[in-house]
Amino acid sequence: MRQLIQPPSRDNSCASQTDPERAAPHDSASGHVTGSARYIDDLIEPQGLLHLAVAISPHAHARITAMTLDAARHAPGVAAVLTAADIPGHNEVGAVYPGDPLLADGEVRYVGQPIVAVLADSQRHARQAAARVEIEFETLPASLDPLKAIAEGLTVRPAHSQRRAHDEPSLERGRAFTENVQESGDLDAELAAAPHLLEGRQFIGGQEHFYLEGQIALAEPWEDDGIRVLTSSQHPSEVQKIVAEVLGLPLHAIVAEVRRMGGGFGGKESQAAALGALAALGVQATGRAVKYRMPRAIDMQGTGKRHPFHNRWRVGFDDSGLLRGGDIELIGDCGYSPDLSEGVVDRAMFHADNAYYLGHARVTGHRAMTHTASNTAFRGFGGPQGMMPIEAAMEDIARHLGMDPLDVRKRNLYRPGRDTTHYGQRVAPPLIETIIEQLETSSDYRARRRAITAFNAESPVVKRGLALTPVKFGISFTAQHLNQAGALVQLYTDGSVLLNHGGTEMGQGLHTRVCQIAARELGLPLSRVRISATRTDKVPNTSPTAASSGADLNGMAVFEAVTTLATRLFDFAAEHYGVARDSLTLADEKLLGKGLEIGWDELLRQAYLARVSLSATGFYATPEIHYDRDSGRGQPFYYYAWGAAVSEVALDTLTGEHRLLRVDILHDVGDSLNEAIDRGQIEGGFVQGLGWLTSESLARNDAGRLLSDGPATYKIPTCNDIPQDFRVALLTGHPNSKATIYRSKAVGEPPLMLAISVWAALRDALASLGDYRFSVALDTPATPERLLTAATAARRRRAAGEAAPQTSPTEVSK
Amino acid sequence: MLSFTLNGRSHCCPDPAPGVTVLALLRETLRACGSKEGCASGDCGACTVAIGVQHEDGVHYESANACITPAQQLTGCHLVTVEGLARGARLHPVQQAMVDHHASQCGFCTPGIVMSLFCLYHDARIRKIDDHAIDTALEGNLCRCTGYRPIRDAARAMRAVEWPLEPPETPPAAPHDSGGGWHCPADLAALRGALAEHPEARLIAGGTDLMLESTLGLVDFETVIDLSRIAELGRIEAQPDGWWIGAGVRYARLEPLLDEHYPDFAALLARLGSRQIRNRATLAGNLANASPIGDTPPVLLALDARVLIDGADGEREMALTDFFIDYRRTALAAGEFLRAVWLPRPAPGQHLRVHKLSRRPADDITAVLLALRYRLDDAGHLHEVRLACGGMSPKPQRAPTCEALLEGQRLAAETLEAACAALAEDYSPIDDVRGSRDYRLNAAANLLRRHALQLYQPQATIRLEEIDACAS
Repeated sequence: MRQLIQPPSRDNSCASQTDPERAAPHDSASGHVTGSARYIDDLIEPQGLLHLAVAISPHAHARITAMTLDAARHAPGVAAVLTAADIPGHNEVGAVYPGDPLLADGEVRYVGQPIVAVLADSQRHARQAAARVEIEFETLPASLDPLKAIAEGLTVRPAHSQRRAHDEPSLERGRAFTENVQESGDLDAELAAAPHLLEGRQFIGGQEHFYLEGQIALAEPWEDDGIRVLTSSQHPSEVQKIVAEVLGLPLHAIVAEVRRMGGGFGGKESQAAALGALAALGVQATGRAVKYRMPRAIDMQGTGKRHPFHNRWRVGFDDSGLLRGGDIELIGDCGYSPDLSEGVVDRAMFHADNAYYLGHARVTGHRAMTHTASNTAFRGFGGPQGMMPIEAAMEDIARHLGMDPLDVRKRNLYRPGRDTTHYGQRVAPPLIETIIEQLETSSDYRARRRAITAFNAESPVVKRGLALTPVKFGISFTAQHLNQAGALVQLYTDGSVLLNHGGTEMGQGLHTRVCQIAARELGLPLSRVRISATRTDKVPNTSPTAASSGADLNGMAVFEAVTTLATRLFDFAAEHYGVARDSLTLADEKLLGKGLEIGWDELLRQAYLARVSLSATGFYATPEIHYDRDSGRGQPFYYYAWGAAVSEVALDTLTGEHRLLRVDILHDVGDSLNEAIDRGQIEGGFVQGLGWLTSESLARNDAGRLLSDGPATYKIPTCNDIPQDFRVALLTGHPNSKATIYRSKAVGEPPLMLAISVWAALRDALASLGDYRFSVALDTPATPERLLTAATAARRRRAAGEAAPQTSPTEVSK
Repeated sequence: MLSFTLNGRSHCCPDPAPGVTVLALLRETLRACGSKEGCASGDCGACTVAIGVQHEDGVHYESANACITPAQQLTGCHLVTVEGLARGARLHPVQQAMVDHHASQCGFCTPGIVMSLFCLYHDARIRKIDDHAIDTALEGNLCRCTGYRPIRDAARAMRAVEWPLEPPETPPAAPHDSGGGWHCPADLAALRGALAEHPEARLIAGGTDLMLESTLGLVDFETVIDLSRIAELGRIEAQPDGWWIGAGVRYARLEPLLDEHYPDFAALLARLGSRQIRNRATLAGNLANASPIGDTPPVLLALDARVLIDGADGEREMALTDFFIDYRRTALAAGEFLRAVWLPRPAPGQHLRVHKLSRRPADDITAVLLALRYRLDDAGHLHEVRLACGGMSPKPQRAPTCEALLEGQRLAAETLEAACAALAEDYSPIDDVRGSRDYRLNAAANLLRRHALQLYQPQATIRLEEIDACAS
């Protein structure tokens, strides 16, 4: 037998020099700060690498009548020019439903759609040659207005409704509703019977992901006519599947690999696959490795965004502000194809209640087709857009009744007895009252409210606003089958541990958390545990790293695998060392038992010699969840994560400029796996939501071309835009009531929606212009232009002393 | 040959083509891939590097966007990249602070942030690292993950550890001219000669705009004439009634002068581009561009600035109002160049008010800008009124109707409203990605109303910068 080596001392894998483990740094932190953490474009390039660029559609909707490729073929450095005709398998990269061709064939359906791929010796040559592709088009009428699209029946998927009669408190009594039944008459009657009825509409803008690392894939020839694809994707199994389908190869011929992404945020969940497929097509055509890195403008024009939504609502309520019923209609602008839009609009519907008991409710989701890039997943996945109408309504009710919006919000929160959602899931326990109570006190909401009212009465130009908004966010994929995960854990004879799981690292610290779980279970320091790239040949058939579920699912899978290994080691040790099996534990790099203390490395050496398997897989599937789409009822979420934020703003009512003065956040992560990482997710999510709601404006021209296609025109927050005073706290003493890994809760998406408090605070500042007697509509993003327009309208309305026409909300005449 | 110092070691390489950027040199030629490309347009900061230049008061480490800095301009400089900071396993204090404060998540923007903070840490001019200095250093670095709070915390903590820099090697002297179309004249005479020989050549100073034609537009420049090595163009010449600002003077060098004499102009400059951009870009470049959304032209128009034009046929001086001919067209003839800009010294009793509106306060291009200059008499009347707006017309121009209405008047209600209405006569803005026509007209008028408020009701708080959260 060969000699077993001693473990080298190293501290740069998952190591932490500053452990307390609850704040272990990101596993790549040292690599990030020294520039040695490699992203796909940084890797040593394979010899003969070709670079890919695409010729794109300049039209939103057109027929391709002729293509001339000669000039591109003969351009400097060009090796190949590929069109749809060169695709051997399916010309289809749709994630769930078909409708996304890899290269346009005969028809283009958005500006930026790839038509021709050019392979050349440098990216610059490839791009220059792509510009020489000559294509003739016959333009066709384009759908660019989602409201018109819905009116005309242009959708990517059918509409879907969730309804609940007012007196129906629990799932057991749930009734199935189908489209177009008389029950809608019940809702109308309920609303008509309410003492007050308000209605409104709003536009919620989309959002570009603006991951700092643009979309990229590198494909290279692999053994036996296979292909290896390095991809910046949240869903390597889908990249593998789509590459296989495009090339007409079996899945085992394709390996997809992700070490890290320079940000994803949902933008690399479904839409990274096309890049892998194009690069792989290039490999098959040329026999050479191919890299496709999208330049920023091509990325922004060609890939989908957060769905813009047009929302409408009617709410009935009593004199105390308590909701009697709500009718909420959500219209998602899906772009040209389904992509993930069915789920996105579903999730918007699931969050139309946010943290409130709606009473007699109807929520309808529409999926409008427009000739723009196919809108896709983005942190929150429709949830943020779905929460906006009810949050607007809370303020409108407050203004109507002359109450503080916080009091209306508190009045309507889920609480025992009023704890079933409009889709029939019980909200238990509703932590939101606890959170709001704590936050209201710690942020000194009431005193600041008084100070702000006094300030605004004296200040002619600058108005302050204050708002507290809650977040309830359902955790689980709403597509049930995705709620599964696998892991592979290998112990080596020097005592080092190598982990793989199905999740991908995009900055959220998933790998760090998962390493922490393995280290904790094996009684090892983090420095002994290393994680390597996510690969489809190590852990197969994985789900996307999305829906905030990465740590919940993969953490449990790793836990299962590690538990299997620990069991084997305990079984071995009990027999080998003749000690009681149930006295054994792993701690401090030792196996401990009654009268026994064996070093971890020695234990593994002995286990190896005794022919114990030191490699195990783990698997996890989330229990309990189900949803029946036909009835619109079920328990789609394993649990809910909660949070609330108080924001204070100052608004210049002559220019629409504003400053975010202070933000207080209290957020529920159950028992935190890593407080530093959780806080990073909360702050980062909040600031991303802040950008979505205030500065990030997607501008298109009348022909459907995105004008804001780079950071010069699309403005995400800078360090100057964050709250001047930013106080973030984790809710303590409330471990997850469900059996998640160490009773933690998912944290990726929920904090984004805490930023709704900023939008609400801006509306509060605007409301001061009318002495808080009426509410001012504010579409998003609330840019200086929108704020100035709203302020001007509010001043006019006050001057006119009457309800302004066309500004929502309006009391419906009865 | 291109000769410079890279992370302390002298380095020579064949002359890159004129359009090759520092980032392309690093990533593609040297395969030093720590510096990232996020946008290729100088807007995200992921490629930030430090360029060290020896001055009398020590080395100035200036942050620059490698993605739009021409590689040729590295000649003789000390280029520091993220790979050059740590000493073996010992992280630089900036890096260690970033790790300790959990200031990286996806890590892609991190090398650029580390380099911006490196400049803040080491630049001999920066004495005090306060929150303002931190935000200024970081405003050109976008991070999409962290929300910036931990990065700021890291910046506050980094100076707790001393880290003296070792002197870099001196790069070998190498012949450096005309390599592949890059011309680098050393004086004005050589510049005139180069222009006469290559009338089609593109002139470059900081290159923050020109280079976009290469990185985004994929244009391969044939001939470029670099103004950055001409000593005469790098001077600020003070005279009793004003300053001649050479065409090679970068914004960063103007900051102290404007801070002292024109605080509103200085505040505008602080919002022009990012730290990285102001380290490279020039005032003259902003004028020669003649962009309708340039930030400095309206201010300089309001100040009655002048320009000095030079060329083979001699020099001529003209008012800035005459320099702008049309959309992105100036009075410069073929073979001519903008040599210097005349900035008059503020006259006693003179006021300059500048207000810029953009979607984001930092590093954003103007939607509407209004610059107003006047002298106020004891009765509160305005004299010598100059008013110019940005983002409102195809070329930078003053507002003559509005100025005439204000001249000799108080900004009282009637006059004020007439002047606001006159803006719609002087300008016909368009709808574009940064704002609609209506917004621009409405906002410009409100900016005038704001000035009236500031003038006559100075007790009212109307500046957002002066507002803090309600105390609790």
